[in-house]
Amino acid sequence: MTLKPILQGLSFAVASTVLSTAAIAEDPIKVGVLHSLSGTMAISETTLKDTVLMMVEQQNEAGGLLGRPLEAVVVDPASNWPLFAEKARELLTQEEVDVIFGSWTSVSRKSVLPVLEELNGLMFYPVQYEGEESSKNVFYTGAAPNQQAIPAVDYLRNELGVERWVLAGTDYVYPRTTNKILEAYLMDLGVAEEDIMINYTPFSHSDWQSIVSDIKTFGSAGKKTAVVSTINGDANVPFYKELGNQGVSSADIPVIAFSVGEEELSGFDTSPLVGHLAAWNYFQSVDADVNYDFIDMWHAYIGDEDRVTNDPMEATYIGFKMWVQAVEQAGTTDVDAVEQAMIGQTVANLSGGTAVMNRNHHLSKPVLIGEIQDDGQFEIVWQTAGVVPGDAWSDYLPGSKMLLADWSAPLKCGNYNTETGTCSGTVY
Amino acid sequence: MKQALLMFGCWLALWSTPTMAETDTTSSYDDLLIALTEADLNTTQPILEKIEATGHPQVLSLFQTLLDGNLHFRKADQVLLSIVDVNGTDQYTEFQSGTAIEPLGRRDVSKIRVNNNLRNFLSSAIGRLQLRSSEPDLRSAAVLSLLTKLDAATADDLAELRREESNRTVLSSIDLALAMYSARSANTVAAQITAIDTLSDRLQPEARNLLFDLERNADNPAVREAATAALKKIDGKVTFYGYVDQLFFGLSLGSVLLLAAIGLAITFGVMGVINMAHGEMLMLGAYTTYVVQLLMPGFINYSLWVAIPAAFIVAGLFGILIERCVIRFLHGRPLETLLATFGISLILQQLVRTVFSPLNRRVAAPDWMSGSLEINPVLSLTYNRLTILIFALIVFIALLVIMKKTALGLYVRAVSQNRDMAKAMGIKTDRVDALTFGLGSGIAGIGGVALSQLTNVGPNLGQAYIIDSFMVVVFGGVGNLLGTLVAAFTLGIANKFLEPVTGTVLASILVLVFIILFIQKRPKGLFPQRGRAAE
Repeated sequence: MTLKPILQGLSFAVASTVLSTAAIAEDPIKVGVLHSLSGTMAISETTLKDTVLMMVEQQNEAGGLLGRPLEAVVVDPASNWPLFAEKARELLTQEEVDVIFGSWTSVSRKSVLPVLEELNGLMFYPVQYEGEESSKNVFYTGAAPNQQAIPAVDYLRNELGVERWVLAGTDYVYPRTTNKILEAYLMDLGVAEEDIMINYTPFSHSDWQSIVSDIKTFGSAGKKTAVVSTINGDANVPFYKELGNQGVSSADIPVIAFSVGEEELSGFDTSPLVGHLAAWNYFQSVDADVNYDFIDMWHAYIGDEDRVTNDPMEATYIGFKMWVQAVEQAGTTDVDAVEQAMIGQTVANLSGGTAVMNRNHHLSKPVLIGEIQDDGQFEIVWQTAGVVPGDAWSDYLPGSKMLLADWSAPLKCGNYNTETGTCSGTVY
Repeated sequence: MKQALLMFGCWLALWSTPTMAETDTTSSYDDLLIALTEADLNTTQPILEKIEATGHPQVLSLFQTLLDGNLHFRKADQVLLSIVDVNGTDQYTEFQSGTAIEPLGRRDVSKIRVNNNLRNFLSSAIGRLQLRSSEPDLRSAAVLSLLTKLDAATADDLAELRREESNRTVLSSIDLALAMYSARSANTVAAQITAIDTLSDRLQPEARNLLFDLERNADNPAVREAATAALKKIDGKVTFYGYVDQLFFGLSLGSVLLLAAIGLAITFGVMGVINMAHGEMLMLGAYTTYVVQLLMPGFINYSLWVAIPAAFIVAGLFGILIERCVIRFLHGRPLETLLATFGISLILQQLVRTVFSPLNRRVAAPDWMSGSLEINPVLSLTYNRLTILIFALIVFIALLVIMKKTALGLYVRAVSQNRDMAKAMGIKTDRVDALTFGLGSGIAGIGGVALSQLTNVGPNLGQAYIIDSFMVVVFGGVGNLLGTLVAAFTLGIANKFLEPVTGTVLASILVLVFIILFIQKRPKGLFPQRGRAAE
């Protein structure tokens, strides 16, 4: 790749300006960036790579960290899941990075985990995911299901009076686990089995005619119906197009999505989708000065006023800030010391309020529900009263409701069984 | 147009306001507007109800602006603004006075937010305000929007409207609404049953749900029976139209497969080149559409007509380039061709990533391709699918004519049947090879224009279709254009009839298994080439 020398040159240039101003002579602290720059996931992940680089640049302008400059090391795992593990090993053993920001899909995270645990690395994972995991070596700054899916369903039930549910998702681990949790949750609430329709489609599915027509039929039974969509990536574009063309309006059957953000919407004309929903912890449209500052910084860095910001970018921002604070507090980049210092760190959310890193390595964040507007942005229509702490192990699945993750002393366990009082050690 | 009308409405309001004697209403209307800027989503609706009750002439345009999401207010003095996007620039207007003002920064204005509940309220309020509109379509829509909220007062109102109404669509909507009202609330059982009979000819889901409800909950057994009979009649029709719908979905999927595969039917089918870069020709066609739309931003509705020839030329030129630079050196070496074209496909993908970015590009759909042709309330055919179905058939016929009726077609067939003999007859085989490959690639480019309307335009577009394309060509019989047509539609329809039963994932697996078994039995596909040409 030609990118690497350029980036190295860039970080060198940044480092040298810092050198001349602040006279920093020490070795740089290395920050690994493990996001796909090619392949299917490049669409989503390149943005996060740029976000990390922007944060590194900003930190260096502010004088570096512990008196040392930061240096970003970018690798390209090319949307190839086993390659994620290899590249993580390369970052940890050859480049000897102090921290990694990376991964998007759950399968790539699962492939990196054994390497991180073996080499005692530290990774920040910035994307909403299915939960059921808590590793000592990973900090999860995206939403767990109880910070996205469950509040979304509550919103639909209480505010819109939805009684019939379509759970539509792409056929892989995140949608399947999330839908399992949601199904159990809905059944607990007394929703009848015939009022739930579950549907899975392959990655990049593009022919949605029959499914949308099924949803239409399912939704015409007189009860208010909503679609809870865990459809991933670019399959959403043809899905929403088909909804628009078949005349399914958000007023009749709203669709609430967990994987559709500003970035995904920038791929198409959103006028037929106005009123459909998404649940996230951040929207670009949040009316807060700290958010406007972030957007301005992003536009200045990327040199394009039309680029949008999204929830995983905020998660990356929070993760990076927390890591910087934890390193400053610990006075070292040593993984064990930073890991302990991380717990309890607070950073101001871009969406207002404060994010706290909990003992289970998940964040407490507010949950927002937004409606799609015709300019591709979201209008925030509802938000939780306070912050919601991320739950690593879902309370609605029979296999995980007695599990607890707590990485602070004395428990130090990602998978503590409160019934048997044992720590099994397998955290994923 | 709508915006212009709104503006006009604003001006009318401006002129009429001072002449109104009831200054009281006006001032409370003003107060309500201020209250509107202070409300949050939960308190907006009562304010809107009060605004509707004032009967102020501006109400309709206020509700419409709010529903369109264009209503904002200036944070400094709470003055309502309408911000309308006109050709990419925001135009700021003071809503009440209608005076245009300078654009403000995003930190100075705040939007009056609406959610789905408010949108529902607004559209039914607009419906109520438009029951006496001069447009029959609006009147009919207004009546239909009232179907589930019928009460005695509205029914009386509708009955009164019916006497003055002359438009047939509107009359039919009013009849439906009145029948629904009397099926539930008529005084006599006989009247209820007559109304239920009327409903049994209607396919509107609202009518069906009402009948369901009556079947289960009506007090009188005769009414319950009538509802059951009516439902049976409706369900029969719904099932029939369901099959028609599925058939259309199948044909539509088939047409997409046909467009994706038809270029390959030339390069692989006729020339015998295993072209792994075929998918990228589709991608180039789709990107050409994107570039054409960039170049003519004001004319999205016509852009496709420019994009079709442009995509043919771009993809065709790339095809000729690939043939001249790579494929001609690999004649008769299928394995090397496969690897080389696979390499080309990767190069083209990366080229697009470098030039256009790895993100998907937005290709707008022209107005005439959005929405659907509503045949009845349960059967509607989407315009984009319908257009693409017809387009695929036109492309196919055009290609068939080229191959059967033109000199180029004759040369192509001659060269593909016996290269040496054709050469001996004086045909410039090199030139024919290049042109054929260019034709196949160009047709793929045209397919890409159609795909850009259905799926994502991104670097991976081609990858998604390459397997399907080979499947169709092999299943149909290599070298046979008609086979490709039949294969595409067969696979499309089979897929769509399996899908409701087995789910999407299993349906495509089953189709693939079927093809594998079929190829075992008939290795040359549906329509094998016969005679010496097949050797």
